[in-house]
Amino acid sequence: MKFSERWLREWVNPAIGSDELKHLLTMAGLEIESSEAVAIDFSGIVVGNVLAVSQHPDADKLQVCTVSDGENQFQVVCGAPNVRAGLNVPFAKLGAKLGNELVIKKAKLRGIESFGMLCSAAELGIVEAAVGLLELPESAPVGRDVRDYLGLDDQSFEVNLTPNRGDCLGLAGLAREVAVLTRTQITPPQFKSIAQVVDEQRPVTIESPAGCPRYLGRVIRNINPHAETPLWMSEKLRRSGLRNIDPVVDITNYVLLELGQPMHAFDLAKLDGGIRIRQALANEQLVLLDGKQITLDPEVLVIADQSKVIAMAGIMGGLQSAVGPLTTDVFLESAFFSPAAIAGRARRFGLHTDAGHRYERGVDYNLPACAMDRATALLLEIAGGQPGPVTVCEAQLPATITVRLRRQRISRVLGVEISDADVESILARLGIQKTAMDGEGWHFQIPSWRFDLSIEADLIEELARVWGYDNLPVTTPAARLPLHSKPESHISVRQVKQRLASLGYQEVITYSFVDADLEAAVGEPTTPVSLANPISQDMAVMRTNLWSGLLRALKYNQNRQMTRLKMFEAGLTFINKNNVLRQDIKVGYMMWGAKNSEQWCGSNDQFDFYDLKGDIQSLLGLTLAADEFEFIADVHKALQPGQTARVVRGGQSVGWVGALHPSLHQALDIPGKVFLAELDYAALQPARIPLVEDLSRFPSVRRDLALVVANDITAASLLQELRNSAGPDLKELTLFDVYQGQNIETGKKSLALGLTFQHASRTLADADINPIIDSCIKALEAKFNAELR
Amino acid sequence: MDSLNTLTQQALSAVLASGSHEELENLRVHYLGKKGILTEQLKSLGALPAAERPSAGAAINVAKVQLQEAISQRKDALDAAESARKLSAEKIDVSLPGRISGAGGLHPVSRTIERIENIFIAAGFEVVEGPEIEDDYHNFSALNIPESHPARAMHDTFYFDANTLLRTHTSTVQVRVMETGKPPFRVICPGRVYRCDSDMTHTPMFHQVEGLLIDEHVSFADLKGLIADFLKAFFEADLAVRFRPSYFPFTEPSAEVDVQCVVCKGTGCRVCKQTGWLEIMGCGMVHPKVLASSNVDPEKYSGLAFGMGVDRLTMLRYQIKDLRLLFENDMRFLRQFH
Repeated sequence: MKFSERWLREWVNPAIGSDELKHLLTMAGLEIESSEAVAIDFSGIVVGNVLAVSQHPDADKLQVCTVSDGENQFQVVCGAPNVRAGLNVPFAKLGAKLGNELVIKKAKLRGIESFGMLCSAAELGIVEAAVGLLELPESAPVGRDVRDYLGLDDQSFEVNLTPNRGDCLGLAGLAREVAVLTRTQITPPQFKSIAQVVDEQRPVTIESPAGCPRYLGRVIRNINPHAETPLWMSEKLRRSGLRNIDPVVDITNYVLLELGQPMHAFDLAKLDGGIRIRQALANEQLVLLDGKQITLDPEVLVIADQSKVIAMAGIMGGLQSAVGPLTTDVFLESAFFSPAAIAGRARRFGLHTDAGHRYERGVDYNLPACAMDRATALLLEIAGGQPGPVTVCEAQLPATITVRLRRQRISRVLGVEISDADVESILARLGIQKTAMDGEGWHFQIPSWRFDLSIEADLIEELARVWGYDNLPVTTPAARLPLHSKPESHISVRQVKQRLASLGYQEVITYSFVDADLEAAVGEPTTPVSLANPISQDMAVMRTNLWSGLLRALKYNQNRQMTRLKMFEAGLTFINKNNVLRQDIKVGYMMWGAKNSEQWCGSNDQFDFYDLKGDIQSLLGLTLAADEFEFIADVHKALQPGQTARVVRGGQSVGWVGALHPSLHQALDIPGKVFLAELDYAALQPARIPLVEDLSRFPSVRRDLALVVANDITAASLLQELRNSAGPDLKELTLFDVYQGQNIETGKKSLALGLTFQHASRTLADADINPIIDSCIKALEAKFNAELR
Repeated sequence: MDSLNTLTQQALSAVLASGSHEELENLRVHYLGKKGILTEQLKSLGALPAAERPSAGAAINVAKVQLQEAISQRKDALDAAESARKLSAEKIDVSLPGRISGAGGLHPVSRTIERIENIFIAAGFEVVEGPEIEDDYHNFSALNIPESHPARAMHDTFYFDANTLLRTHTSTVQVRVMETGKPPFRVICPGRVYRCDSDMTHTPMFHQVEGLLIDEHVSFADLKGLIADFLKAFFEADLAVRFRPSYFPFTEPSAEVDVQCVVCKGTGCRVCKQTGWLEIMGCGMVHPKVLASSNVDPEKYSGLAFGMGVDRLTMLRYQIKDLRLLFENDMRFLRQFH
């Protein structure tokens, strides 16, 4: 909310400067977010009266004016279209200063001397742009300093109110806070209750008592449709961020800003009979003030007459019943709508209004009568008219709340002792009245404007706020120190990230919502979870794996001349299977480009499948159970057939590794080859806790075998068979060469294997090893048709 | 005798002049070998009169030892020269860059989360994580934000359906911690959060760390102490901290925490919008309704909670001027962190 500091000081005027006032409010939870001067810096400008105007002899658009400052007369050349005899305007005399640069000097305009300047509102920095001079009222005292006359030594404060402080959405509420904080007296404006002049009323019926516990209406006849909003009021509205509309609307806005009570004025001529406050019917239509047509439903509280809806209660009036330039008779509304009946309704229709903003936070239910008096008084003062009696219709008003406050809770929550006298004084100043007291504490009654106070903790917060958070003590929390055991077999995400980083991968963080098409191309074979309100199409569905994000990051960097990338991300993926949503951490990684960064001593090879697989194996090494993971040739829609493996642990699929499918390379316009992998983080658990084997003191023996097998025999199956056949003395098995080509039959390959044997308690002799090797060879011959090369 | 001397001198100069092990070995054989000159002279001592034999023998032996030593020294010298030659041949340019396979590293946000975790873990806090797709209850209702509460409008929530959403804060995890455990609680909950907002200073996904401490005697004074200590530890500087009353439905009293600007140290700059202060986190005492709805007795226990924006802390710590850099994954940016 925006408001004028001067206006606030009319209500309460503590002996502190603007900066201190801002700080005070901010530190009490009413954050002054910004402030700005309501006019530019100027001096030497007075109220001038235009005595006479004559056409400039040599310029069509200029006039030569005689201007009085009350004492002397000056010749001033002026080009404003609205200059005319009798007008009061801001008159910048010789030597006047406007802003930092402009000083008014005697000038000659097309041969005629000009002793000063007549000013527009824009020239005073009151508005951004203006056509013509700022017209001051006839009553403006000629010769008076304009700055002083318009009260321009003022600032507009923008206060950022938290949703609990609806009571401060008016000058009255802000003034109440300032008074509490500075122990200053409030001086509210004086106005009288206006008695009826005519007898006319409109019947009011509350049909939704829960939504509208109190409704006041009043007919005012014969207002002057030509009346204008006085300058003092339009200036206050302007400094509060509101535009002038017409006197009736300006007055309701003024009361809204001043007291915090939203009001509405209907054009009486457009109402059909009495007023009904009811829920809307299904599909009932209303064209709002702003021209927007909405379709209502029974969730929405409305104001209706006998034949139609005329307003969305507490939010916005209808266009049909709105006051306009021809309106002479009005029906004023001042009501209390309960927050529950208003909250969220405006948002549902994409609306946000000053009235709705206040009602959903809570407006003092004892305010409507006062606001009606204030608005009537202002209307009569500005536009005349004959008021009827105030029609009051009431249902069940909110119950008065009494809250218990225990002395011991205050010190327990805040860590400070506040004396009884201070407690009572602070709360009393806030309008919170003591109703009873006992040995433990007090009972307090909550005032009708504080919708945010209902429990003990609320009162303690009020005490802390007024006491000043900065004045509360500072301590270090004391705590018991139980020791927590962390299973050693648990691999943390942090360990995973650090291992990958040391393997040369850069961590990236990509959005969890991704493009639906890309996700369909690279994600898991499932329908991804879609957002109902995505921010854009390329962030519409939740990722099912990490590849779309990695590929986007790859593209981003490719477009920035990178030649090699190793990236990973660890984060949640979202898979909906049979209506059960799984949110699992996965670790995805990717490599693309040259194996080595460009350097004088490296090879220029490109990454291949085995680079990525090796990195997975290194990562799996964290578990000390890498042997439990298998890589099985399989197919995945995002990966190149023949260069794809499923990672399996204990029969469960736990990940993928492979080359990006060539068709995706093309579709995404990625040159070179990309290799992608993904692992379920959970599959890394549990890690093995090392149980150390004794080291043998006896020498090991190594035997090498070269075997020729058909191409489709996998290395893994051969090694597995070899391990099974070789028995417990085989300590190490190394595949140190794979060869195809000369001397090897087409369709076959030669595998060179190193077998290292060692016994725990003796030296192995040929007689021990030869039978093992023979049985290995026999087994491989039988199972794989392997031949010794 | 003269001839022995002459011989010895000749032999010594030859040894000194020898240029290789082979040459030296030849000299040794020539003088000291089985048929060497000196060996022969010893053999021929018998031809001398008995009286001369001892002194002649001694003289030859002296010459022999002298020569042996000279040969040995020369050998060492040749060895040393040889190894110097080898070393010189193997000399490399140590200023050439080493062979590197390209380092990887963590994202700055992860780095910040790790630092925050480490600070709190050292004080006995546990790190807990939770789901990112949440239900309305854990994100709002359990935190005292009923339906149609004005605070909901400030959350710009991403929805899947009426009841399912992307969490708008990591406070959801504190609810899950309280539901499933027994007090006292001392946890921090880092993670991704989501709000439907995207501009220069907002990304639709960002990171928070939520903290929760619940015990029998936790006060607002403890909250002030804990937060001030944390900020000093995080920024490694003795910065002024101030607490402003604020409003969060799930804490009461609630506070917004401002820290003295880490860039200008409070004198006013672009980063702090000339105020000298940076709004850094929200915090407060856990609302009794929140405790009660998670089955923690608000009469017995009290608690403090705080939530901080990791991305903002990362930006302040490393002077990152544009939030979007954190999510573009530009390697030129990320590589500056390792």
